[in-house]
Amino acid sequence: MNMRLMPKSFIYIALLLGSLAVLFPLLYTLSTSLMSEAESAVYPPPLLPEAVNLSNFAKVIDTIPVLTFIGNSLIVSIAIMLGQIVTASLAAYAFAFLRFPGKTLLFSLFLATMMIPWEVIMIPNYLTVKSLNWLDTYQGLIIPFLATAFGTFLLRQTFLQLPKELFEAARVDGCGHVRVFLSMVLPLSIPGIATLGVYSFLNNWNMYLWPLLTTNRVEMRTVQIGIGMLQFEEMNSWNLILSGVLLLLLPSLLLLALGLKPLVRGITAGALKG
Amino acid sequence: MMMEKEFTLPSPGHSLSPNVNGPEVSTAAKPVSIKRTRRREILLAYACLAPSLLIFALFLFYPLLKSVYLSLFLTDPQGRVAEFVGFDNFREILASDMFYTSFGNTLLFIVLTVPTGMAAAILLAALTHNKLKGMKIFRFIFSLPMAVSVGTGSMIWMILYHPTLGILNYFLTLLGTQPVQWLTDPKWAMISVALMTVWMNLGFNYILMLSGMQGVSEDIYDSTKIDGSGPLRTFFRITMPLISPTLFFTSVVSVIGAFQAFGQINILTKGGPMNSTNVMVFNIYQDAFVNFRFGIGSAQALILFAIILLLTVFQFKFVEKKVHYQ
Repeated sequence: MNMRLMPKSFIYIALLLGSLAVLFPLLYTLSTSLMSEAESAVYPPPLLPEAVNLSNFAKVIDTIPVLTFIGNSLIVSIAIMLGQIVTASLAAYAFAFLRFPGKTLLFSLFLATMMIPWEVIMIPNYLTVKSLNWLDTYQGLIIPFLATAFGTFLLRQTFLQLPKELFEAARVDGCGHVRVFLSMVLPLSIPGIATLGVYSFLNNWNMYLWPLLTTNRVEMRTVQIGIGMLQFEEMNSWNLILSGVLLLLLPSLLLLALGLKPLVRGITAGALKG
Repeated sequence: MMMEKEFTLPSPGHSLSPNVNGPEVSTAAKPVSIKRTRRREILLAYACLAPSLLIFALFLFYPLLKSVYLSLFLTDPQGRVAEFVGFDNFREILASDMFYTSFGNTLLFIVLTVPTGMAAAILLAALTHNKLKGMKIFRFIFSLPMAVSVGTGSMIWMILYHPTLGILNYFLTLLGTQPVQWLTDPKWAMISVALMTVWMNLGFNYILMLSGMQGVSEDIYDSTKIDGSGPLRTFFRITMPLISPTLFFTSVVSVIGAFQAFGQINILTKGGPMNSTNVMVFNIYQDAFVNFRFGIGSAQALILFAIILLLTVFQFKFVEKKVHYQ
C-alpha cells in the first residue's frame, strides 16, 4: 500500500505497537526462562529477571529428555524433507520435460491429493501403520509423508522457468535425461529446492496429531508431543517450562532466520502463480 | 500453462510411431532407435512418478477408500471390522447433539480466526510495504510466529492465560477490569483458543500478504499518487483489488486449516469446558482414539471431508468471480 503519503512517525508508531503485540508472548517466554523459580512465582509477575539465570536450561535438560525430543524431531523432519525433495523433483521432471501417455490424468491425480485433509484419512493410516508394527518407529513417522503434491507443483514450476534451449542443445549433443536432470536441472533449480526444503522442514517439525497417535514411548516422542511432559512434570515452575519451550523453539527459529528469503520467494512463485 | 501447450504438440495419441517424436531427436536418429528412445522416455517418466504414486496410493487413496469401508461397519478396539451396519453410523452421528455442537464450534472457530487473522496480516503487510528504514527487521518480526509450532505456542499461551497468576489477567487488573477465566469459562474458552491461533498463524498469513503486495507493479502506485489519491483510498480502491488473488488463496487455505485445528485445543482445553471448544477434528479424535470406535470416527471424518470439499467448491465457484487476476 502506498504509505508514502502518511507521516513516517505514524507508520513507525503503528509498527512498534504491532511488533510489541506479536513479540510479547516470545519476549515473555525469554524473560521468564531466565528467572529464578522464586521470581517466576511472584505476583504481580515481574516483566524482567533480576539477574540472568541460565541454570534453568541445564535443569530442564536433566528433568525431561529435551535433547532426545529434538534429536527425534530432527531425524524425522530432515528425513521427510530429503525424501520429499527426491520424490517431488523426480515427479516434477516427468511432468515438466517428458512426454508419456496419461500425463493429464496423472497430473490431476496429483492435484486431487491436495484436496484430502490428513485428518480425514488418519484412522485407516493409523491402522495400517499399526498392522505393519510401525508404531513407535521412525519409519512410521516418516514414510507416510514422503510424497508431496505441493512440492511437485512448486518444482515443476521452477523447472519450467529454466531456459529450454539449454536442454535441447544438451539433448542434441547426446546427453541422456538422467544426466540432464542431475547435472543441469537440479543445480539450476537450487532456489526452488531450498524453498521446498524450508517449507517442508517447518511443516514436519510442527507436526502434532500424527506423532501423538503413533508414538507412546518417551524415547520416540518428537518435540511437539514431548513438550506436553513439561506440563505434568513441572507445572508449578514456569521458569522451567518456558526455558524448555525456548529450547524446543530454537531450531525452527534458527531455520526461519536463515530460510525466510527463499520461503517468501517460493511461496509467491509456487502458490500464487502456479 | 505449459502442460496444455505440450499436449498440443503434434503427437497423435502418443503412439510409438516414429513421427511423434519431439524436435530434439527427430532429425538425428533412424526410425528404430527413435522408437526405442520414445519407449525409454515413457518408461523413464513412469519410473520418475512411481515413488510419489506409491506413497499416495498407500497413504492417501487406499485410506480414503478404507474410510468409506470402515464407516459402514462396527469395529472392535483393534480396528477389525465386527459387523456390517450400513449407514447406521451416519444416522447415529446426524442424530447426536454432539455432532451439531462440534460443527457449530468449528464454524465459530472459523469465524473467529479467519477474518481477524487475515485483517491483521493485511494491516501489518501494508505497514511494512514501503522503502522506509528498518523494514527488514519489522518483516522478520512479523514472520516470526511461523517458527512457533502448535505445541510450543500452546504451552506459552497456557501460562499467559493462567487464571490467577497469568500476566494477561494482571494487565486486565491494571486496566481496572475484572480478570477473565480464559480457558475455564465456556463463554471465553473459544475466544482464547482463537486468539492464540490468530497469533500462531500470523507469520504465514503475513508472508502471503506481503508477497502479494510486492507483486503489484510500482507504476500503478505512482500514477495514483499523481492523481492525488490519498493512502486509504489507494488502499481500498487499488491495492485490495490488485491483491485479491492473494486474498482469495489465503482465505481458502485458512478455512481449510481452521477445519483441521486440533493441537491447540488438545493442549489448552481438551474440548472443554462443557464442550465449548469441542471442534470436529477433536470429536473424531475422541471417538476413534479415546473410545476406539473407528467406524463412527471414519463416518465423521467423511462428513468433515464432504463439508470441506463443498465449501472449497463454493469458494471457487462464487467467491473467485470477484477476484481480479492481472
